[in-house]
Amino acid sequence: MADVTKLIHKYLRHEKKFPHVWCPGCGNGIVLGALIRAIDRTGFSKDDIVLVSGIGCSGRMSVYVDFNTLHTTHGRALTFATGVKLANPRLQVIVVMGDGDATAIGGNHFIHAARRNLNLTAVIINNSTYGMTGGQYSPTTPYGARSATSMYGNVEHAFSIAELAVTAGAAWVGRGAVYHATLLDQLMEAAILKRGFAVVEVISHCHTLYGRKNLLGGAAEMMRAQKEAAVRVEKAATMTPEELASKFTIGILADRDLPIYTQEYRKIREAARTALAGED
Amino acid sequence: MPETTPPSPRPLLLQGNEAMVEGALYAGCRFFAGYPITPATEISEVMSLKLPALGGTFIQMEDEIASLGAIIGASLAGVKSMTATSGPGFSLMQENLGFAVMAEVPCVVVNVMRAGPSTGLPTHVSQGDVQQARWGTHGDHPIIALSVSTTWECFALTVKAFNLSETYRTPVIILSDEVVAHTREKIVLPRPGELQVLERPRPGAPPEWFIPYEDTPRGVPPLPAFGEGYRYHVTGLVHDVRGFPTERPDEIAPLLNRLFRKISQHFHDIQMVEEYLTDDAELLVIAYGSVARSARRAVADARAQGLKAGLLKLITLWPFPRRLVEPHLGRVRAVLVPELNRGQMSREVKRVNQGMTKVETLNRIDGKLITPGEILARLQALSGK
Repeated sequence: MADVTKLIHKYLRHEKKFPHVWCPGCGNGIVLGALIRAIDRTGFSKDDIVLVSGIGCSGRMSVYVDFNTLHTTHGRALTFATGVKLANPRLQVIVVMGDGDATAIGGNHFIHAARRNLNLTAVIINNSTYGMTGGQYSPTTPYGARSATSMYGNVEHAFSIAELAVTAGAAWVGRGAVYHATLLDQLMEAAILKRGFAVVEVISHCHTLYGRKNLLGGAAEMMRAQKEAAVRVEKAATMTPEELASKFTIGILADRDLPIYTQEYRKIREAARTALAGED
Repeated sequence: MPETTPPSPRPLLLQGNEAMVEGALYAGCRFFAGYPITPATEISEVMSLKLPALGGTFIQMEDEIASLGAIIGASLAGVKSMTATSGPGFSLMQENLGFAVMAEVPCVVVNVMRAGPSTGLPTHVSQGDVQQARWGTHGDHPIIALSVSTTWECFALTVKAFNLSETYRTPVIILSDEVVAHTREKIVLPRPGELQVLERPRPGAPPEWFIPYEDTPRGVPPLPAFGEGYRYHVTGLVHDVRGFPTERPDEIAPLLNRLFRKISQHFHDIQMVEEYLTDDAELLVIAYGSVARSARRAVADARAQGLKAGLLKLITLWPFPRRLVEPHLGRVRAVLVPELNRGQMSREVKRVNQGMTKVETLNRIDGKLITPGEILARLQALSGK
């Protein structure tokens, strides 16, 4: 067994529920691999990691890994994670969501988590569709694309998740793609180590549903398309909007030092103790 | 700082909402997430003042869905947790309430009832959420719901709600109402130790032997906190004893049946009523919440007029305390069930009654409390005098 495989197996629940539910060629396994390698490099103990997931194909990730794992309700993963983190700030809380999970049903929780700035890591796997339910259009399905609920073409316009996170106030925002596995490893590690709310958007593919309906080929073709459409943030700064029209940027979109909620709340506790001490 | 609420031997004049906060803190609640809503808001406000001084955390979330999500997360991290809301917010919470039932996460949800449906009458009293408390979340499930009718009960039954929640690993709903929430009454808070405070069962086995959802004689598996080394899986999916999703019929039924059994085999601990002049009663009023206050007065007035009236006050609404109600039904001439809805609890009484006695209803849905006079008039009519 290759060392990299051995490393991943160290963090999987072998004797538990395998095989997994993901289609052959799915990007979720690459994201999981990147996440595990990043966690391994950061040196956190398995006992200190809480992996929280939402509902959908990505939501099943929490089943497979040997951490404290919490598979929540659809769109609500960040709210559960908020409670876990506030109750025990020592825990390293990582939240895995899909595009529909995080930005449709969970969109409100997402922007408020970004604004609130708890020390959480949010990984959003963006495959432009609701995969588990059969490929309906999501908030990141491109205009005009076909899906199980837009067979005549999608008339809605897509969110850019990473830019949304930047605007909502996230302390750290990165975007990668499953094609760019090395960069993804780096982004995951940086996001976990970042003190504050860190978002990694991962551009992935659903060849089984989205790809088939839009004649985009299999997993290999769709990953090649990621390679062709991805532009480093640094290079994008030198390009015109026209040149960037059919591209997406990868790299670190925001990295800022902002007050962390749990640190701020410590001041509240001190103030409350002082205020109430005078009463009794 | 002391770990629990400082003892307060002097009497206080507290609202029901404020007394609930005191009860929660006494029970060891150290995490509260909520969203502003009339007539429950004071619970959030007082929590935001008091919790941080005790080393706890208050957070105002973006909505009620998030509030219940956050308290479930905090509870899984080992901290007793609570939220409070009213009808519209309670509707939003139904999804995560089901999660707490399925994943067996202790937490307390207060619903200070106001008149609905929809935005309804935010500042007026109602008991319209009784059946929502029972069946609001989807799927067949057990639930515990307690009803409060005095400031003291707002304190003591909040402590009890935490005890039940922790003991049986289940969400517990407290149904308050606008009148109870905002009525100020004298209360002397008990000192630490005077009321029983219970904790959730903790695993005795080391992590390598731990099976998170294994059946136990009591039907309640132990619950370790995240970070204690047990690294188990929590999910709202139907799961096997290890917590992993399953679609096997031989694993599905045992889980769901255990969820019911862990409640039903502890009815003696969960189901509570309070009796007032019931021993020789021929006319029985069955009431709960603020209406029970009117009913108590009506029963006293009826006795003064020579009517043999009694009051059976329901404290536990769900699971419906059948074994405590049924013996009365076989004995009395008639039962009156006054309530601030179209008969959400009287239908339970009728279901249990099975023709044993006459069951009459008295309902108001106009945002006003049923008065003692209205109940007395019905008792007089029932007595034939």
